Amino acid sequence: MQIDRRLISHFDWPLFLLSLAFVAVGVMTIYSANFDLATGHAGSLPARQVTWFGLGLIAMFIAMSFDYHYIDRLAYPFYAMMLVLLVLVMVVGHSGGGSQRWINMGFFRLQPSEPAKLAIVLVMAKYFQSDEPGRGYYLRDLWVPALLVAPLVILTLIQPDLGTAIILGIVFISMILMGGLRIRSFACLVGAGLAFLPIFWRFLKPYQQNRVLTFLDPDRDPLGAGYHVIQSQIAIGSGRIFGKGFLHGTQNRLDFLPAQHTDFIFAVFSEEWGFFGCAVLLLLYFIMIVYCIGLVQRAKDRFGALLVFGMVAIVFWHVLINVAMVAGVMPVVGVPLPMVSYGGSALASMMFAVGVIMNVSMRRYVF
Amino acid sequence: MAELTNINKQDGAPELRWRARWLYAILAIAFVGLISRLLFLQVLSGERYTFLSENNRVRIKRVAGTRGMIFDRQGQLLVDSRPSFDLIFVPEDSSDPQNTLRLLGRYLNRDQAELLKTFEEGKSRAAFDEMVLGRDVEWSAVVAVETHQLDLPGVSLRARPRRSYVDGQMAAHVLGYLGEINQRQLTILKEQGYALGDEIGQYGLERRWEELLRGQSGGQQVEVDALGRRMRVLHEVTDVPGYTVHLTLDRQLQAAAYEALKGKEGTIVAIDVSSGAILALASTPAFDPNVFARGIKSEEWSGLMKDKLRPLSNRATQGQYPPGSTFKIIMAIAALEEGAMNPESFIQDPGFFPFGNRQFRDWKKGGHGAVNLHRAIVESCDTYFYQLGAKLGVDRIAKWARAFGLGEKTGIALDDEKNGLIPDTQWKQKRFRQPWFPGETISVAIGQGYVTVTPLQLANMMAAVANGGKLYRPYLVSKVESLDGATVREYGPELIRSIAMKQETLNRVQKALADVVHGPGGTGGAARSPAIQVAGKTGTAQVIEMKSAYLKSEQLSYFNRDHAWFVSYAPVEKPQIAIAVLVEHGGHGGEAAAPMAKKVYEKFIEMQKPVQENKQEARADGANRAN
Repeated sequence: MQIDRRLISHFDWPLFLLSLAFVAVGVMTIYSANFDLATGHAGSLPARQVTWFGLGLIAMFIAMSFDYHYIDRLAYPFYAMMLVLLVLVMVVGHSGGGSQRWINMGFFRLQPSEPAKLAIVLVMAKYFQSDEPGRGYYLRDLWVPALLVAPLVILTLIQPDLGTAIILGIVFISMILMGGLRIRSFACLVGAGLAFLPIFWRFLKPYQQNRVLTFLDPDRDPLGAGYHVIQSQIAIGSGRIFGKGFLHGTQNRLDFLPAQHTDFIFAVFSEEWGFFGCAVLLLLYFIMIVYCIGLVQRAKDRFGALLVFGMVAIVFWHVLINVAMVAGVMPVVGVPLPMVSYGGSALASMMFAVGVIMNVSMRRYVF
Repeated sequence: MAELTNINKQDGAPELRWRARWLYAILAIAFVGLISRLLFLQVLSGERYTFLSENNRVRIKRVAGTRGMIFDRQGQLLVDSRPSFDLIFVPEDSSDPQNTLRLLGRYLNRDQAELLKTFEEGKSRAAFDEMVLGRDVEWSAVVAVETHQLDLPGVSLRARPRRSYVDGQMAAHVLGYLGEINQRQLTILKEQGYALGDEIGQYGLERRWEELLRGQSGGQQVEVDALGRRMRVLHEVTDVPGYTVHLTLDRQLQAAAYEALKGKEGTIVAIDVSSGAILALASTPAFDPNVFARGIKSEEWSGLMKDKLRPLSNRATQGQYPPGSTFKIIMAIAALEEGAMNPESFIQDPGFFPFGNRQFRDWKKGGHGAVNLHRAIVESCDTYFYQLGAKLGVDRIAKWARAFGLGEKTGIALDDEKNGLIPDTQWKQKRFRQPWFPGETISVAIGQGYVTVTPLQLANMMAAVANGGKLYRPYLVSKVESLDGATVREYGPELIRSIAMKQETLNRVQKALADVVHGPGGTGGAARSPAIQVAGKTGTAQVIEMKSAYLKSEQLSYFNRDHAWFVSYAPVEKPQIAIAVLVEHGGHGGEAAAPMAKKVYEKFIEMQKPVQENKQEARADGANRAN
């Protein structure tokens, strides 16, 4: 293994350290979100997140241990496995909060929709890795990737998990655009999408429709559907410039916030660390994404560039949708904040994704 | 590595490289957007959201301070704040509220449907807010709830002090009542810590002494969670009970006055002649302040307001009546002081007094014969005073009436005291832009015409006549104490003025007043008592002239009748107490009012005997303070 030493010297420290930073912020905020003033304990969730971080580290190192070109072979098997797991969720899945998203694995519960997001990137990168036609891709050229994505989207919508379905769709669109879809074709796609919006609307569950309506008018039902959005904005706003301090967020501590340690963790963080803390956290994401776009440009080949792009697109859309939702500028959809929100499957998947990026990064010098 | 397909693409992905530049733009837009939103929420609107988050979590629970007690001059309790219990229900604490209420209904023997109805009506309240199922519940209900506490999750009792007026109606007009603070009061008093739903003195001493009786309300600032559960107390202010107020009023004397008046409309005021301390002040018909304490119902309130006998009016301070013949005391003093009439010279009374083209009639057909000043007072001879009035003129009469405090507020610490009216030429000019007609003086001379006084003014006048011309300000509160017994404020006699009079004047008037009761032909013989020597003057105030002002035709027969007066003091030697009695539409003062005064005097003597020494000491003490 003569390349090992060179690989180690090319280990992507910036990405690794950024990931550690996100996980650290995450564990800290999960601790605060679950802290009970009366008992002085935060329960088992912070420790579990740390455990998942350990598993995530393993996933990360596995993802960077082999030459990423093997992914070309692994993409379909991985995809097939996700499909099977998602079907399994439907059959034996565990319900929580009105949807069936988890498979009980004994000592932990797996949420297959999280790694399924990665499967999209893998199969798309594989599909688009060959040189694109000079004229670009027409929509009719894309029936294969569309067919690949459709079952995943449908299966997550059935759970129902609108957030994941949106991420799957939006990553898919990002990938085909990056892969070389003609702008005109893209415009047609957008047009068709808008035309199908009313049909899509009827497909939504009442509570999901409610969320969208509430977003359009939060005062529509301030104690019902609008409650979460309003309380989340109060939490963020009352953090002001420097925040209320660690463990001192009252909106959080007194349970005015929904899903404090998962999807709304950014509100907890904002309340306690203020605008200053938020700016730092967003800056870290910004640096990570900019760095990865740089990797897309410097990747050794098209396959690597597409892999990096897909993975960083996942990060980007998660951050954008999650923060926008928590800050009240987007309807509430269940999308976690990458590596910060509580959730083992999401953390491990995200660390695996970073591992893939690091893999490409390390091997861009290798011929 | 050779087996990998695209190993030869060493220039990477040029198309992707180009497209990736767009990504920077998209990324920049997205993050600028997010940061802007956060700037807006946290920096620009931070203050508002901070307020909202405080609003979310902090509830304020107020505890009103226990209101101060009121005692009479002997230390007997008049007003207390007794503990009472409200029945409270927090449905969130019960797994099955309906069932809990059904059980509660069974334990309390209360209609279950009614309880459930209260429950349904209160459903719109905020979560974990208390629901009041019953106010001031009876003791058996308290016991039942305590006994079955375990079966009744969410049901609790809240102790709450409730005002209790020991003697009900007896001193209602002095003590007053409490009521919920109204919007106008709230805007004025908000800074003093009043809040919606607070009780505040609305009448009588409760109102005038509100500031001292009230105490400081305390409260807790409680942090609640999203479900409204109380998490912890952030701040706590303990409530401070109000001050104890000691009155000059004597409960026994007050009771005697109230009993004497019962069934009539009228008022009795008793004043300590050496200090101006009010010993009794009763006005009937009265109202029961306890009704206000438990929360007056609107029909009860409108009943009180619409009652033609005006139970809410304090006749002693707010009733303005012609003084009638009681005004002759002022006339006599004026005559003696101004030298308008030789008291010993007799005039012949044919039963009328011709003046101008009118004849003013005496109350006694045929007249009193030959009368001097003494006899004129004793027999209340109108003709004598008609002549005297004509000689004095209205301005000199007014001067002496005002010297004795008539026509001006006494300044007693009760709200809405009335002035009464002592007319003179200036007043007539100002009021009607007309000169004073001499004929009008003739009516004034016997306390009719424009003259009106309040019973309190006459009582105070009698005190000044009895004590040799010292006009004191009548007062009700002698001492204000904190709960630990420390004196907060103390009140004693306050001299309004010393009326300069010759001793001879006083001697003559006092002698005549004594003979009104004890002498032959005296009009006040009904006040004669073996227990105590009384001096006084009867009066009969005609209301006919006033009828058009406030009477309705169907009531004329009753409301047409004269008001009966008896103003007096006792004992004749060494006077201690002055009493004014007014009975509305009671007819002749000698018949209707004098016996009531007698009852109060007898009570006064009876209760004075065992504590004679203390009394004298207290009086000496009061006199010292006055100097």
